[in-house]
Amino acid sequence: MAGSSIFWNVMFYVGVVLIVLIAVFPFYYALLSSFETGTQLFIPNFLPQSFDTANYTSVLSGRAFGRSILNSVFVASVTVVAALFLAVTASYALARVRFRGRGLLLMTILGVSMFPQIAVLSGLFELINWLGLYNTPWSLILSYTIFTLPFTVWVLTTFMRDLPVEIEEAAIVDGATPWIIISRVFLPLLWPALVTTGLLAFIGAWNEFLFALTFTVDETRRTVPVAIALLSGASAQEIPWGPIMAASVIVTVPLIVLVLIFQRKIVAGLTAGGVKG
Amino acid sequence: MTTTITASAERAAHRETGLQQQRARAAFWFLAPMLLMLFFVAAWPLFRSIMYSFTDATSDTIFNGQSEWVGFENYLTWRVRDNGEIRWRGVLADADWWNAVWNTVRFSFISVALETVLGLLVALVLNSEFRGRGLVRAAILIPWAIPTIVSARMWGWMLNDQFGIINSMLLSVGLIDAPIAWTARPDTAMIAVLIVDVWKTTPFMALLMLAGLQMIPRDMYESARIDGIHPLKVFFRVTLPLLRPALMVAVIFRLLDALRIFDLIYVLTPRSEGTVTMSVLSYLNLQQFGDYGEGSAQSTLLFAIIAIFVALYIWLGRVDLSGERS
Repeated sequence: MAGSSIFWNVMFYVGVVLIVLIAVFPFYYALLSSFETGTQLFIPNFLPQSFDTANYTSVLSGRAFGRSILNSVFVASVTVVAALFLAVTASYALARVRFRGRGLLLMTILGVSMFPQIAVLSGLFELINWLGLYNTPWSLILSYTIFTLPFTVWVLTTFMRDLPVEIEEAAIVDGATPWIIISRVFLPLLWPALVTTGLLAFIGAWNEFLFALTFTVDETRRTVPVAIALLSGASAQEIPWGPIMAASVIVTVPLIVLVLIFQRKIVAGLTAGGVKG
Repeated sequence: MTTTITASAERAAHRETGLQQQRARAAFWFLAPMLLMLFFVAAWPLFRSIMYSFTDATSDTIFNGQSEWVGFENYLTWRVRDNGEIRWRGVLADADWWNAVWNTVRFSFISVALETVLGLLVALVLNSEFRGRGLVRAAILIPWAIPTIVSARMWGWMLNDQFGIINSMLLSVGLIDAPIAWTARPDTAMIAVLIVDVWKTTPFMALLMLAGLQMIPRDMYESARIDGIHPLKVFFRVTLPLLRPALMVAVIFRLLDALRIFDLIYVLTPRSEGTVTMSVLSYLNLQQFGDYGEGSAQSTLLFAIIAIFVALYIWLGRVDLSGERS
């Protein structure tokens, strides 16, 4: 009995180590490759062999990639602020006020966040062209609303539903209007939820690819994912793996740091968006 | 005495309904900006895309209104040739389309099945007490945090036919005799896509299921342990049934996400017959070939498939997605 329990304990830790290795290895390998140049890059190895920052200087000296990072930061930030602004009041109404058709409305909002982006692509293309936003960051800010807004509304609604009803009742007794309740009573309590939701929406906007690929043409207008996807060498056969790995590391490190700092909040936000207890 | 009580109760009730009305009015104005926005960025473009699918619009005519209404021609049409032979045309008669449908369905079901099983395993590991649990949870968040495009590139490098570390590992262990061009060969391209998707998305599944697992009361396991019930039996009789609601929701979210997959395939295995999905094919028609009629017909079909699927799932599974009943 004791023998088998030791065996299962060992197996358990082998599993744990395996999970961590598989999760971390691709990023570790990208980091390793990003510091290798010349023939060194093309020899597979598991431990650092060289420390050459040439790939980083090559990526960052090309003006376009720096611009792409700025574009991504701008687009993702404005998208998140706009979505949170619209979502706070909407989710108050959805979480706190009983009205007919509320369940249906919630399902519709969820449905919007589910439907395939490709299904709106030609219509959105027309709209963006009509508004004169083609090849500007505003085309992306507008189109990203399609997934950030339903997501933020949905998550904030679940958060707001859990706030104690007594606080609101006390405010109503004191004669507070719904707007006062939101801005003075709920908003201070919602800060943690806003940070979580905003962060998740930011990551979603930062990672978006299809709209960014479609609605921008100039190299200086691209966002980071498009820039990395289209990073190419002198010829089609020659893929610049070193610079690609360097670019990948540059855009991933801030995300990983953010995610590790806000670990608990992110898990809470993900589960509120996905499963509800 | 009684009259005053009724009167005050009536007044209170009055005030109550007045308050309710005020709140309902406020709710309307709070919802209006969000709904208006969603109408402009979602409902209207969707409607226009569906309309395009009934026209012969191309990249030259899409913006100047010169495209013609062609009815269902983009979907299915036939022409009788001189020799009496019937020629079918349109998306529904297109072998490339059915190949894309097959790829999408195959990808979605295999990836979600793998992610569910592996996610459950990881969640069970994370749900038990051990040293370094926080570290493991942090580690599995890394694949989730890496942008899809970046993970496609990282894995594209690792799966490289000549210089990739995966081939080098497999060769040194003796599992393969010659390097495999994972992303280029039609028979292995789908495997490559599945590997990357499972790697990237299993953490998400694991976290959702972990949340479900943590809601199962600990004393349930405790009493099962004291009664000497085999852990496997506990898992199938207690854990799994209690986890079912969380599992159902996680699976539907993932399936819907998988059915619309675009970026991973577009970057990892471009132009591969073996992995082209409905989204990718539709995108190629719209952007590469400028065929807005056919591309929109394909995107509309994908939308219809997903809509039907969601309706079926909610109806069959009685899933409480909106959380209204809880």
